[in-house]
Amino acid sequence: MAAAPRIIVIGGGLAGLSAVIKIAEAGGTVDLFSIVPVKRSHSVCAQGGINAAKDLKGEGDTVLKHFDDTVYGGDFLANQTPVKNMTAQGPAIIDLLDRMGVPFNRTPEGLLDFRRFGGTLYQRTAFAGATTGQQLLYALDEQVRRFESEGKVKKYEGWEFLSAVLDNNGVCRGICAMDLRSMETRTFAADAIIVCTGGNGAIFGKSTNSVVCTGSAQSALYQQGAFYANGEFIQVHPTAIPGEDKLRLMSESARGEGGRVWVPRDKNDKRAAQSIPEPDRWYFLEERYPKYGNLVPRDIATREIFKVVYEDGMGIDGQPMVYLDVSHLAPEKQHKLEGILEIYEKFVGDDPRKVPMKIFPGVHYTMGGLWVDFNQQTNIPGVFAAGEADYSIHGANRLGANSLLSCIYGGFVAGPQAMAYTKNLPAQVGDGGHAAELKRQNEKNSALLNNKGTENPFKIWRELGENMTKHATIVRYNAGLDEADAKIVELLDRYKNVNLSDKSQWANTSFAFTRQLYNMLELARVIVKGARLRDESRGAHYKPEFAERNDERFLKTTKAAFVDGAPSISYEEVDTQYITPRPRVYTSS
Amino acid sequence: MTERTIKVEVKRQSGPDAKAFTETFEIPYRPNMNITSLLGEIALNPRAINGAESTPITYDSNCLEEICGSCAMLINGKAMMACSALVDKLLGAVEHGQKPDLSKTITLAPLSKFPVVRDLAVDRSVLFENLKAVKAWVPIDGTYDLGAAPRQHPQIQEERYPLSNCISCTICMEVCPQFNDVTGFVGAATIAQTKLFNMDPAGSVLKEERLRALAGDGGIQECGFAQNCVQACPKQLPLTEAISDIGRDVFIQQVKDFFTH
Ligand SMILES: Cc1cc2nc3c(=O)[nH]c(=O)nc-3n(C[C@H](O)[C@H](O)[C@H](O)COP(=O)(O)OP(=O)(O)OC[C@H]3O[C@@H](n4cnc5c(N)ncnc54)[C@H](O)[C@@H]3O)c2cc1C
Ligand code: SF4
Ligand code: FES
Repeated sequence: MAAAPRIIVIGGGLAGLSAVIKIAEAGGTVDLFSIVPVKRSHSVCAQGGINAAKDLKGEGDTVLKHFDDTVYGGDFLANQTPVKNMTAQGPAIIDLLDRMGVPFNRTPEGLLDFRRFGGTLYQRTAFAGATTGQQLLYALDEQVRRFESEGKVKKYEGWEFLSAVLDNNGVCRGICAMDLRSMETRTFAADAIIVCTGGNGAIFGKSTNSVVCTGSAQSALYQQGAFYANGEFIQVHPTAIPGEDKLRLMSESARGEGGRVWVPRDKNDKRAAQSIPEPDRWYFLEERYPKYGNLVPRDIATREIFKVVYEDGMGIDGQPMVYLDVSHLAPEKQHKLEGILEIYEKFVGDDPRKVPMKIFPGVHYTMGGLWVDFNQQTNIPGVFAAGEADYSIHGANRLGANSLLSCIYGGFVAGPQAMAYTKNLPAQVGDGGHAAELKRQNEKNSALLNNKGTENPFKIWRELGENMTKHATIVRYNAGLDEADAKIVELLDRYKNVNLSDKSQWANTSFAFTRQLYNMLELARVIVKGARLRDESRGAHYKPEFAERNDERFLKTTKAAFVDGAPSISYEEVDTQYITPRPRVYTSS
Repeated sequence: MTERTIKVEVKRQSGPDAKAFTETFEIPYRPNMNITSLLGEIALNPRAINGAESTPITYDSNCLEEICGSCAMLINGKAMMACSALVDKLLGAVEHGQKPDLSKTITLAPLSKFPVVRDLAVDRSVLFENLKAVKAWVPIDGTYDLGAAPRQHPQIQEERYPLSNCISCTICMEVCPQFNDVTGFVGAATIAQTKLFNMDPAGSVLKEERLRALAGDGGIQECGFAQNCVQACPKQLPLTEAISDIGRDVFIQQVKDFFTH
C-alpha cells in the first residue's frame, strides 16, 4: 500500500485510546468509533490501580515475579509469551502515564506510591486514590484530544460498530456502523481495524460493568468467522454491593489497604456489626489462607464467600451477604479509599468509615474474548483486538490491577502491528464487499423495525441475565449448563417475535439495544458451551463434579467458531515455554 | 394486596426540533431504586399512566455509579446525576431507613442549556470543544520509554487529584447564570481543568497559552461569582478556588502581555 494507511479503532477505553495514540504518533491517521463519548467509556470505573513491578518498596519485586504471579494466578491457561512481554513493559508504561500527568499517589519523597493487591505478596499496584481507571482514561483521552486538534484523529462518538466489511477472500476492508442519533447505517473503508470494545457483563444482566458492556461487537465478529477464545472464563468479583440496577464494585484496594472480610461466628447473632467483639467474628479468609489472607485471588475469595453463605448458611441475617470491614483502618488509609467509600455511602446510605459494608460477589470481568495471535491479530486478516475484548494475558483468572495494564499493553502492540500489516496488504478488488455488507445490515434493521411480534426485548434480556447468573457463574453443573443452553435457544426463538414499541428513526436507544441483544444471546451460548465441555476446575471455572484441574485434557485454549448457527468448540495448545505448570495452592503459609 | 407505585412525570421531545410534552408514568415501587433503574422499569413496560402505549425514554447513561458523567438531567427541577439520585430520598426519606412518601411525584426533564437530542438526552459536546481550546493536556515528547517522570511532592498530588475528578457532566455549566449564548462563557469545568494542567510540572509549559485562551470574551471575566457551580458539582470540585486562582493568573498574564507588546 503506497498511500497512508487508514486505520479504524473501535472503542475508546484504555485499550482503544492506547492504540490510537501509537498510530497517531507514528504518523498514521485514525478514525475512532465509540458508542459513548470516549471519556465516558467503562474504563473510568476502574478503581484500585495498575500493576507494574517498579520495586519502589525495597521488597525485591521483579518483572519476572510479576510474570510468574500472573501466569500462576491465571492457573496456567494464558499463553506465556504475551504475559512476559506485558509484565516487562509494565514499569515503562507506569512512567509514561506519570509523565502524562496522572495524579498517582506519592510517597513523602515524591516517588510513586504502591499498594498490595490480590494474588501477590508484593506492593506492586500504582494508584490514583480509588479512581485510578478514571485518571488513566482521562490522561489518554487528553493525548487523543491533542492529536484530534492536530487533525490526526477523527472521532465518531455516538456511532455503533455493527460488523466488519470483508472482501471475497475474507480480508477486512472496513466496517459497517450505525449513527445512534440519525440511525443512519453506512460503511467506512479501512485497511485494518482494531476492536477494543471491552467486556460483556450485560449478558449476565446485573454486573459491575457499565451499560454498554454487552460484548455485541465481539459477538458480531464471531458470527462473521472470528474465533472467540476461553469464553467460559468469567470473573466474579468477591466484593460488590448488591443493587437494584447494577452491582457496584468495592475494589480489592479496600482489602489491599487492610480491609477484612468476616461474618458473625454465630449465625443467629443479631447485634449491630460494630458491636460484635473480635472473638465473635469469623475472619474466614484469614483463617483458611494465613499467607495471603484477605488477598487471595478473586476466584478463591468468591468461592469462599459463596460457600460461607450457601453451604454454611452463615450469611448476615441469613441473607447472601458478608461484611467487608474498613472501619478499623486509620484515617490516612481510609482517605486513600475515598472514591469507593463514597460510592458505598451514596448508594447504601451507611458510612463505611464507621460501619462494616455488606457485600456479595458480582460478575465483573471476562478473561475470554476474541482470539488473537501474539501481535493482537484475530484470525480474520486485518481485524485486530485489544483490551478486555481479547482473550490474551489473564488465562483462567485475572489478578486485580492487571487489566488496566493489559489494556494499555494490548493497544500499544495492536496499533503498530496494524500499521505494519497494511504495508503488505494487496489492493482491494472491486468494492471490497462494502455494498453487500451494507445491504445485509440494512435488511436486519428493517426486519427488526417491521416485526409484528409481542416480545419485549428488555424482558428477554432480564431472563437471559437470570439464566446466566444462575447457571454459569461461581459454581457450574453440567445439568445446569444444559438447562442454560436450552433456555438461550428458547430466547433466540422468542427473539424472532420481538416487538419494538419505538419504531422511530431518531436516537432510538431501544432499537440499538435490541440489535445488541441478539448478539448477547449468541455469545451467551459460547460461554455456556465452553463451560459445559470443560470437565475440570480451573481458575474462575469451577465444577464440583470435576473439582480438580486436569492439565492432560484441558491445559488448552477453548476456541469457539460459529458453525451452522451454533458454537463449535476446538482446543489449542497453550504456550507454557517459560514456566512449567504447577499446582495452584494459596493455603500454605 | 395493591401494588405500591410511584408517579414520574417526564418531559419528552422526539427530536431537536419537535415540540416538548409531558408524559406521566406509574411505576411499581421497590426500596433502594435510583432514577436510572426507574427509567429501566419504564422500558420494561412503556405505558403511560392513562394506559396509552408509549415508548422507552431516551437518556444517556453508562457507569451507573456517578463516574462517567453521562446521566445529568433535571430531577425535580434540580440538575443532578440520575444514577446517584435515589428515589427514596427524592420522596422525602432523608435518613436511611425512613419511609418515603409515595404520593409525591418525581419530575424529570433534560438539562435546559444544551440542545436536546431526544427526551432526556442532550448534546454537551461544547465542553469537549472548550477543553481543546485550553489545551487541557500534557504535551509529552512521545510514548517511548523516557524513564521516570520528575518527582512530585504529595502535596501537589493532593491538590491536583480533586480537580482531576471532574466527570464532564456539565452540571456546573447548567446552573451558572452566566453560561448562555450571550456571554459564551466557557464555564467552571474548563477553568478547573486549566488549573489542573497548569499545576502539572510538565503541563505548565503551555500555561501562558491556556491563560490567553481564557482572557477576553467568553473567558474567565464572564464569571459573576454566583457560586452555584460549587454547590451543584456532584464531585465537589473546588471550583470557586480554581476560578479565583486562574482569574488572578489570567490578569497577571494580560499585564505581562501588555508590557511586552
Ligand atoms: C468497577 C470496576 C472496577 C475495576 N477496577 C480495576 C482496577 O482497579 N484495575 C484493573 O486493572 N482493572 C479494573 N477493572 C477492569 C478494567 O476496568 C476493564 O477491564 C478495562 O477498563 C477495559 O478497558 P477496555 O479499553 O478494554 O474497554 P472499555 O473501557 O470498556 O471501553 C470499551 C469501549 O468500546 C466502545 N464500544 C463498545 N461496543 C461498541 C460498539 N459496538 N461500537 C462502537 N463502540 C463500542 C465503548 O463506547 C467504549 O469506548 C475494573 C472493572 C470494573 C467493572
Ligand atoms: S466541575 Fe463538577 S459539575 Fe462541572 S463538569 Fe466537572 S464534575 Fe460536573
Ligand atoms: S451513568 Fe455514569 S454518571 Fe450516571
